[in-house]
Amino acid sequence: MKILIIEDDQEAARYLVKALTEAGHVADHAADGDTGAHKALVYDYDVLIVDRMLPKRDGLSIIEDLRERDKQTPVMILSALGQVDDRVKGLRAGGDDYLPKPYAFSELLARIEVLARRRKPEDVETIYTVGDLELDRLSHTVTRAGQNIILQPREFRLLEYLMRHAGHVVTRTMLLENVWDYHFDPQTNVIDVHMSRLRGKVDKEFDKPLLHTVRGAGYVIRDDDR
Amino acid sequence: MTTIGKFFRTTAIKLSLIYLAVFAGFAVFLVLYLNTTTTTLLTRQLNETVNAEIKGLAEQYGQRGLPGLVALVERRSRQPGANLYLLVNDSGNVLAGNIARISPTLFENVDSEPREIRYRLIEEGGVAAGHTAVVRVFELRGGYKILVGRDLGEREALQGVVHETFFIAGALLVVLGLISWVFVSSRVLKRIDAVSNTTQSIISGDLSRRLLITGSGDEFDRLAISLNAMLGRIEELMHGLKEVSDNIAHDLKTPLTRLRSRVESALAGNGESETYRETLEMTINEADQLIKTFNALLLIARVEAKAPGEVMSDLNLSQIVEDVAELYEPMVEEQGMVFVVNTPPNAPVHGNRELISQALANLLDNALKYAQPSTDDPNGPEPKIMISVTKNADETVLVVADNGSGIDEDARTKVLQRFTRLDGSRSQPGSGLGLSLVSAVAGLHNAKIDLQHTHPSLKDGGDTYPGRGLSISLRFPALQDMKGKNVELAGAKQPA
Repeated sequence: MKILIIEDDQEAARYLVKALTEAGHVADHAADGDTGAHKALVYDYDVLIVDRMLPKRDGLSIIEDLRERDKQTPVMILSALGQVDDRVKGLRAGGDDYLPKPYAFSELLARIEVLARRRKPEDVETIYTVGDLELDRLSHTVTRAGQNIILQPREFRLLEYLMRHAGHVVTRTMLLENVWDYHFDPQTNVIDVHMSRLRGKVDKEFDKPLLHTVRGAGYVIRDDDR
Repeated sequence: MTTIGKFFRTTAIKLSLIYLAVFAGFAVFLVLYLNTTTTTLLTRQLNETVNAEIKGLAEQYGQRGLPGLVALVERRSRQPGANLYLLVNDSGNVLAGNIARISPTLFENVDSEPREIRYRLIEEGGVAAGHTAVVRVFELRGGYKILVGRDLGEREALQGVVHETFFIAGALLVVLGLISWVFVSSRVLKRIDAVSNTTQSIISGDLSRRLLITGSGDEFDRLAISLNAMLGRIEELMHGLKEVSDNIAHDLKTPLTRLRSRVESALAGNGESETYRETLEMTINEADQLIKTFNALLLIARVEAKAPGEVMSDLNLSQIVEDVAELYEPMVEEQGMVFVVNTPPNAPVHGNRELISQALANLLDNALKYAQPSTDDPNGPEPKIMISVTKNADETVLVVADNGSGIDEDARTKVLQRFTRLDGSRSQPGSGLGLSLVSAVAGLHNAKIDLQHTHPSLKDGGDTYPGRGLSISLRFPALQDMKGKNVELAGAKQPA
């Protein structure tokens, strides 16, 4: 995956490039708004990581500019401001996701991997399959090895989100945002309990677990044999 | 600014001048009106007198003929303060009367109504100054003409009196105006200066100063009471701010110190990579906690400042409660607690979904920590959390109750402040900011927050739990439409 980082803090940028390279991506860096805007327009990246406050140009204006020129590269906004309306402003300007600083790298990585996939026409798919687990979005049914699994509506949405991003790590925050539409972190780990319930229904009766906990990051659904 | 300059620039003098001008205008109008009406009245009276006289003389002439009339005119002319009389024949010769000389043109016309003329009165010792009179010339049978006139001295004397009164009153008005202005402005200035002085010393840092209230209940007192209330609020806020910054310093520095010494001791240690890994992981956890505390503080500050940008809309509180309850339900169950959620199908409030949800989540996080009954009896009642939404005409009430140990009355206000952690809760994880955010969110929504013991209300099948419990209620003002009716939200959930 080709990623452009537009970030004026040299050390933060160096760290990001290093970490993203270690995660198997190709990372490029622009230290100011103008260079960043130019690179983003000329080259094809899979994801842009844009800091909000940049020398020469505001991060949001770069995004607005790109969208005006019909450049639809997914954008992750990083901001030290991190308040509710700041997030709304970022998304309104054409950003695809928003992460307040300081952030955990695992969170950023999980989110940009999901972002990069968003371009593919996933919405056409009506049936998600992971191993012998199958989820039908139209009939709202879940089967594993041909056996019907009864899920609560929220459990269904949780599994649907995990399966849409099968093979990719999703963080607790991403689940809270996308399944429950909350942008705060509850003190207690309510998500973990929901996950263990889901596990009880999806994995418990079967030999091979599909739902995996990724330590320090979140969850992933995948079929390990493939 | 000089004292005099200051004096002249006051509102009091402006007001005094305006009042003076208005009263003077009024007085002038009144005098002019009075003058005109009395003049008209007197003139009419004089005219009537002259007409009546002519009528009388004409009758005398009819009854007693010319000699009778002449005798009558002669007699009347001689009376003191007499009217003016002149009787002439058709060739203009004077037959009787008390007028020595007259312009012949006066007799050329016969008047239907009296008119005013100027004349001179001959007295002993010479000719007096000009007089005015109303006269009328009347033609009798046989070509005789008679002129009857009446002096206007009375009318003029009255007008003189009116004018004189007017000037005296005017002077009096000006003097009184000046006196009242001096009095009022010096009094007002004194009080304003007192307010200014107090304000100055408050500006220079003494927030405990207050404006003087004289107890007269006048507008200055009312202003002073309002200003004092404002100063009280400011002092309270400043005090809160100081306390908060002290708390922030303490609650952020403590983990930072912990973090630093942990890293330091790892560096000074034997250099095993396992130790480093462990230390780094703990450092990250500590940093994450710090970030959370920091974010919570910022959010509380933002909500308390009622920052614009928080999107407020008409919401169904029941829906919000059910969504959050749904998120927490597995957690509550896993903790072995009973979870009761009671909501009406439709409970409209005006607010921010995210913030209300977060406040409710904080309340549930709290309840999860403390819902254990205080008794250690293994056969005791199960821990229980209850959420309810009720609504009436005035408010929509959200209650989160548990049957834990509760909070003593004297500590209830304190727990709403930042970083307050009661002694019993020190062992539990938490930042001491949860209820502060709830309180701030309540404030943003004009909702009253109230902490009570659950004991009398937390019942299950008639059983009352022994734990006194904590019951926190948020009373949202009812959502009213323009006509004051309670709003029913479109798309409200139907009762099951």
